[in-house]
Amino acid sequence: MAEGPIDALARQRPLGAGPLVRTIVDVAGWEALAAELANGDAWSLLAHWAEPGAVHAAVLDARDGAVAVATLICPANRFPSLGRRHAPAIRLERAIRDLHGIVADRAPDLRPWLDHGRWPLRHPLAPLPDAPVAPPPYSFLVAEGEGLHKIPVGPVHAGIIEPGHFRFSANGETVVRLEERLGYVHKGIESLWQHAPIDRATRIAARISGDSTVATSFAFARAVEAALGVAVPPRATWLRGLMAELERIANHLGDIGAICNDAAFTLMHAHCGVLRERVLRACAVAFGHRLMMDRIVPGGVALDPSDDGLAAIRSALGEIDGRFPQLIELYDDTPSLQDRTVGTGALSTALARQFAAGGYVGRASGRDFDARRAVPYAPYDALVFDVPVRTQGDVDARVWVRILEVRESVRLVRAILDRLPDGPVQHDGVARPDGVVSEGAAMVEGFRGDYFAWVRVDEQGRIARAHVRDPSWFQWPLLEAVVEGNIVADFPLCNKSFNCSYSGHDL
Amino acid sequence: MRRLLFQSVINRPVTEAAPALDGAALAELAARIDSAARRRLGRSLAIRAVDAGSCNGCELEIHALNNAIYDLERFGLRFVASPRHADVLLVTGPLARNMREALERTYVATPAPKWVVAVGDCAIGGGVFAGSYAVCDGIGGVVPVDLKINGCPPTPEQLLRGLLALLEANA
Repeated sequence: MAEGPIDALARQRPLGAGPLVRTIVDVAGWEALAAELANGDAWSLLAHWAEPGAVHAAVLDARDGAVAVATLICPANRFPSLGRRHAPAIRLERAIRDLHGIVADRAPDLRPWLDHGRWPLRHPLAPLPDAPVAPPPYSFLVAEGEGLHKIPVGPVHAGIIEPGHFRFSANGETVVRLEERLGYVHKGIESLWQHAPIDRATRIAARISGDSTVATSFAFARAVEAALGVAVPPRATWLRGLMAELERIANHLGDIGAICNDAAFTLMHAHCGVLRERVLRACAVAFGHRLMMDRIVPGGVALDPSDDGLAAIRSALGEIDGRFPQLIELYDDTPSLQDRTVGTGALSTALARQFAAGGYVGRASGRDFDARRAVPYAPYDALVFDVPVRTQGDVDARVWVRILEVRESVRLVRAILDRLPDGPVQHDGVARPDGVVSEGAAMVEGFRGDYFAWVRVDEQGRIARAHVRDPSWFQWPLLEAVVEGNIVADFPLCNKSFNCSYSGHDL
Repeated sequence: MRRLLFQSVINRPVTEAAPALDGAALAELAARIDSAARRRLGRSLAIRAVDAGSCNGCELEIHALNNAIYDLERFGLRFVASPRHADVLLVTGPLARNMREALERTYVATPAPKWVVAVGDCAIGGGVFAGSYAVCDGIGGVVPVDLKINGCPPTPEQLLRGLLALLEANA
């Protein structure tokens, strides 16, 4: 059942053109990779995952946007820890241990992460999962000092949001330490992908994180297409771009309002909520689903919108044009609101770079990275667009990056509608079994940041293994960092300005 | 800000009329709600949303119920921050095993009379996640479900129909 990566590579077809190649390295090569990541000059960690007997690390070279995947074969289920030298890998190594039983040697943190001791088995992705054992109580990091008190929050939160646990240590109103505990919404997605037919696996990929269903479907489809050497018809790639930008606009509108709402400024929330609803309704008319779930599939898109649908999108853009400038002015001209957002939850450029923070979290802190531009893919390779960057790194900067991205995405949607080519929207016979094992990977910029997807397709044209890394993996740890020294009441603002995904992270 | 507020006063509200009631949901509920509970609660229900492992899609659409277009509160339905203030638990997700205890404790913390609404295909039967080691294939095995609202995710209109049926059965 469990096939090692060497066997797979031996029968692998050449991946052809594409920036993503996988190489098997030895222990020295792996250590060199860790040193280069720790050095921090050029390389960023993009993803770190495992399969039976092997661990993989995807890295990005910031100098030229090249992405490479390194694989270390570890038959004894041990490998030198990357997290020991490069902190962003720590939680990924904890997850690898929980899911595979593969242990990072000399890892700085050996506590479980996704496994809360509630599953009927341990190491669910290992060839032979182990019987469950009762885990010891989870030990939170220590914060000690006179007058310190703890505020435990969650997993069930007060608002309508996803579950997770936050442990605040506070001195009066000031937070001295925040520790997150996640994994509550772990659904075992990687195990469901194993041996799944491609259409079923694609439906699961669309439900990694509901707010990013277009982005995850886009990334998954492109990884499958890279593995199978499938060419997507031009009209389909442009429709994919259209959906991705509409998803970005809808989420940014919702979040800009919600951030202001967390400062009790409900006026902004009310107006942004109406604009968001207009966009979702236009999506429903054009694509038959408000969130555009299951619309991007390997080989193309599942549905070609009618002229009425495209007109509905233009009409929603018109409404944004008419009303959004007033809302920007409202945000900019309200000192009581600015008082809450300016200077709050500041993230340094150094941390944003170290953690390769994607999306508005990185770009509000001077990390000028956007997968649409850095690792170009259709239709963005044929489009001109700005990538707004700020350097202050506070809640205000993250709001501004989102405001500017709404404007830019509105421009992009218009450009796509103007240039939408005619033709088919689906490549025939994507999942034709041809007796060959093949792999593919892809990066896609979602509203929250960059997704990395990797798949291996087996001889029967089913998914052998797949992994999708949500941008939240590298943003959640930074939320802990930015809250330090802020007051407890500003946590909701910091949190909402990040808006990390729980579901995408917990997988 | 003054201009924006003035426009809000002179323009017509964006709020839309309530959708028609869902007959099937009404019948399902009528059998489960006794008259004593109806008298006690009147026409107002407090709702506590619990994400038991959802992809967040259902949460986005539940959120939309609060926007000015659907304006849930005009019906006497409102979201509350604590299960202790709630009459209704609105549960999403296939019930991740890591969330099982939290859901059970939330249910116990909700005072009777109380109702549980399973929102979305995942909460009803596990959805695309059914069969995973990490989920319970829906919430029905852990808490008693009074109303099911299908969809992936259900649209705000579907949610509103279900919740209005709950209110109607309760009146």
